[in-house]
Amino acid sequence: MVTEPTGGEAISRLARIVVPLALGVLFLCVWEVLVRWLQVPKFVLPPPSLIFESLINDYGTLGASMWNTLEITIAAFFVALICGVTGAIVFTQSRLFEISLFPYAVVLQVTPIVAIAPLILIWVGLDHTQRALLILATIVAFFPILSNTTLGMKSVDHNLLNLFDLYHASRWQRLRHLQLPSALPYLLGGMKISGGLALIGTVVAEFVAGSGTGTGLAWRIIESSNRLNIPRMFAALLLLSALGVIIFFGLSAVERSLLRRWHESAIGREN
Amino acid sequence: MRGAKEAHDYRYKQCGAAGTLMANSVSVLAPKTFDHGSSERPLIRIDGVGKTYQNGTVALADVTLNVCGGEFLSLLGPSGCGKSTLLRMIAGLGAPSTGVIDWPQSRYDFSGEPERSLGFVFQEPTLLPWATVFDNIYLPLKLAGVSRREAEPRIGEVIRMVGLEKFVRHYPRELSGGMKMRVSIARAIVVKPRVLLMDEPFAALDEITRFKLNNDLLALWQQQQWTVIFVTHSVYESVYLSNRIAVMNARPGRIMTVLTIDAPYPRNDVFRTSPVYNEFCRVTSAQLKRTMIDADDH
Repeated sequence: MVTEPTGGEAISRLARIVVPLALGVLFLCVWEVLVRWLQVPKFVLPPPSLIFESLINDYGTLGASMWNTLEITIAAFFVALICGVTGAIVFTQSRLFEISLFPYAVVLQVTPIVAIAPLILIWVGLDHTQRALLILATIVAFFPILSNTTLGMKSVDHNLLNLFDLYHASRWQRLRHLQLPSALPYLLGGMKISGGLALIGTVVAEFVAGSGTGTGLAWRIIESSNRLNIPRMFAALLLLSALGVIIFFGLSAVERSLLRRWHESAIGREN
Repeated sequence: MRGAKEAHDYRYKQCGAAGTLMANSVSVLAPKTFDHGSSERPLIRIDGVGKTYQNGTVALADVTLNVCGGEFLSLLGPSGCGKSTLLRMIAGLGAPSTGVIDWPQSRYDFSGEPERSLGFVFQEPTLLPWATVFDNIYLPLKLAGVSRREAEPRIGEVIRMVGLEKFVRHYPRELSGGMKMRVSIARAIVVKPRVLLMDEPFAALDEITRFKLNNDLLALWQQQQWTVIFVTHSVYESVYLSNRIAVMNARPGRIMTVLTIDAPYPRNDVFRTSPVYNEFCRVTSAQLKRTMIDADDH
């Protein structure tokens, strides 16, 4: 049943936000105090206050870099989503496609992205690093969506398949009204993994591409490290994690809203 | 209403399945004698049907049975006797390895498939979890290309028939087991089938719910003049519901005997507690037991 949150639930929901937040603040305070007290040099470990200062002062550069990284991440995520779902549909429609193509999808997945990055960079041309970043991040993000959606489409209740056969459903009807909705929880699970992987893929690709990109957050980290501007490095790192967290919670929210009324994963137990 | 019921009985008698037996008696007849005594063409003719799976398991062997228009026929037997397999093959889900199942009263399309006009109720409710009660019932019509607006009056009608008016917008997981089964039945009957195939539909329900659904099903059957083929492993349920019971046996699955339950409809809770009912149950149980002993001797 869909129930209103009771008093107890509301408290636990609040606690879920407050407790980790309090822990974080405590951690930052201890960090700050220890660094100042032990007089750790700021190029080894800057105090949090300095990191925040750097974040605010350098927000012009860092913000622009963040948008750049985010742009590639989002683009890669959507390309991976489209390719992954299309791949899964092709796989489940034809066994021949599946047995012939799936091994290559695995090869693409297990080959370290750092190792193929230089090749991709050369292929797309050194003037088009953005494109290379997009391709690399897509390769990283693509597999969880493909494999999860394929699994989901195959996990359709056999009786429901019989039912569709009984009513002479066409291939398209079966796909549209049975297989895709059945696969949705799996797809959303894959999307949550891929969202994070798209960001990781983008950052790794930026690292490999090096100065050619010049604009992403990863490059800011390298640049700050070269200049021993450690506070700025931390600030860039902070922005990267923030991006990852936002992507994860954003996709979780999408998942909840789509599965809210029917899927076990989105509904609390009644006992 | 009364006229419809008489027509129903008449149609049923024409196939030669009833009317020949004395009231308050259980008649045990060999299926072949029984079915071939009919002058009217049966609705479904099952002739020498066997099913052997790829791994060599013989699920069914030489099943011969005629299904008459308008009757309530139960397939009763222990698990593994192939009753569900038989039901699925009647529905056209999987072909028999030997023998034929044909529909003498139906038209055949160009691919040799008969126009079956049937509704199927599975053991599990088998609903789409992401769709509301309304959309679940709408599914067969949607697959047949009927628009939502066109389908709406018919869906409203079957929702009233199964008594789910208040739950139209609910999702399956918000319903009890009995209500889910009602949705499943509504989905099966929304296409106005001639034949309703039910595969142990109430096996997972508690007794009170099962009795209620038994009564509702009988009332609908009488009112709508369906032919029902009902798979069950419960002697009591099959006696309560059926005109005829085909008692089946396992390893390999086959029909041992066909019993006629010659008690008048409407049947109700008075019938369920009557000595007549008990006697029918006793004899049916004895038949089932005997077939199982026979099987052990094999």
